[in-house]
Amino acid sequence: MKIMIAIFRNDVAPRFDLTVEAVFVQLENGSIIGEPRELLLSEPSGDELCGLAVSEAADLVICGGIDEVHYEYLNWKKIRIIDGIIGPYQEALELLLQDRLAPNAIMPGAVSS
Amino acid sequence: MFHNANLLNLIDGIPHAVILVDKNLNVSRMNRRAEALTGRSNDEAAGVQADYILRSNLHPFADSFRAVLQEKKMVAHEGNILDRNRKIIPVRFTISPLESHSADLLGVMVVIEDLSFAPYLQEKGAGLDGFEGVISLSPKMQDVNEQIPIFAGTDASVLIYGETGTGKGFVAEKIHQASKRSGYPFIKVNCGALPEQMLESELFGHAQGAFPGADHKRPGMFRLADRGTIFFTEIGDLPLSLQVKLLTVLDDGEFSALGSTKKVAMNARIIAATSMDLKAMIAEGQFREDLFYRLNVLRLHLPPLRERAEDIPLLIDHFVKSLSTGNLAPHFERKALQVLKDYSFPGNVRELRNILEHAVTLSLGETVKYEHLPEYLTQGNEAERYASSWGAKKGQERRTADGETTGGATKWDDVEKEMIIEALRKSRGKRSEAAKMLGWARSTLYRKLKHHGI
Repeated sequence: MKIMIAIFRNDVAPRFDLTVEAVFVQLENGSIIGEPRELLLSEPSGDELCGLAVSEAADLVICGGIDEVHYEYLNWKKIRIIDGIIGPYQEALELLLQDRLAPNAIMPGAVSS
Repeated sequence: MFHNANLLNLIDGIPHAVILVDKNLNVSRMNRRAEALTGRSNDEAAGVQADYILRSNLHPFADSFRAVLQEKKMVAHEGNILDRNRKIIPVRFTISPLESHSADLLGVMVVIEDLSFAPYLQEKGAGLDGFEGVISLSPKMQDVNEQIPIFAGTDASVLIYGETGTGKGFVAEKIHQASKRSGYPFIKVNCGALPEQMLESELFGHAQGAFPGADHKRPGMFRLADRGTIFFTEIGDLPLSLQVKLLTVLDDGEFSALGSTKKVAMNARIIAATSMDLKAMIAEGQFREDLFYRLNVLRLHLPPLRERAEDIPLLIDHFVKSLSTGNLAPHFERKALQVLKDYSFPGNVRELRNILEHAVTLSLGETVKYEHLPEYLTQGNEAERYASSWGAKKGQERRTADGETTGGATKWDDVEKEMIIEALRKSRGKRSEAAKMLGWARSTLYRKLKHHGI
């Protein structure tokens, strides 16, 4: 399974349509295969990001807020979406590996004590 | 910080979303409108960087906060945020420094003013009460326009009948905007969109640990709609078990979140809509009669577009103007206009808008011609023509619970099943011929036969 995560620095990006960076991760049998691959867009663009998800054949997109148009587009392309995620993307990935990542989840690393 | 009870009461009383942000730029407290807008409870948002809760286009918003903290001066920006319903909402942010009695800087207060309707009201020159009717010349819709401000003046439940695409949601929002609750949230619940268990949690909220994965307590839509309006789209899709719970909430005026015993007072106006024949559903045991009478206090029937054909040119003009990107809206070729006038619009105003969006996009700002219309209008394979005429025919036959015609209040699934059966009948059971008639590949027809259990 190929996963695309829309990121901002080390976090899941708060807005999909304003994201310039994405990381691709390949999962097999519950483990990460190879090195995660980061891709940078020339400017923030939800359309480009969707194009990237399709051309890279992503099965799942993990993101923060995503607007209806891009959400519906990815759905139409049969790409699963877990949205509303806040926090470090590594933590989101770990939860996904444990099959515990749900939409709107806030990672512990996002909350200051 | 910010736990002063007076301050918290104060921000809850402000009819805009308010977020208190500490010096580390983390959310400290939000009012209920901010909870409704962001879809995050105070418990969830506390301690999280405000940027991530706000989801604004001014990201990183932290720079604005820092400037206010340094200069101790209020600033205002216009921008947008992504709300809980995945909609981008134009807003005005006003960011003010917050100081203690001893002038120590505590953080900033962000007031978020929803500007969604501001341009609309300006453009339309709406009256003092802010109400502008639905675009129409039709006497049937004029009745609706007259009823909206009357209904807005009361708190009684409203049940809106109408085929899909007639604008039930639009009218519900109009009633809310014209009511005294307009300064508070309008929360839309799509009864058919979520599984039963999730819908219950969405409606009433849940306590922390109420079920596996409930890491935080979460406010439900009843809580988010506090002092505002809660709108149930397609109330007929509400599962029976939740119909009982909804009725109890309406009768008792209070509810409790999943996994909690604490009762919370309900203060929201209820508007429900349906394209189904609820009385028939009651007869079939699919809808509770007591809930029907509880919701059906005020009734509003929205006529299908084919019963207000005189509005089609008016709506074309309105949509083409709003869809055009240039200064001048494109004109319509006579032949293209005639196709639209002759069409029955089973999908009603929504379908008209979609057709126009398609045509205006293809016309590249020039005259909209016949060939710019969607193919199913100009060439129309058997399936689509049948679906269209079927919708219109059925529409004339169906009646609502109160005896008014509602038109083709039918789900696409039913239409599709009917047209497959019709195509098979015409082709005398030859599937490849039926698939050709329907304009589908044979594999598509086989998949759909399986889906419909034919």
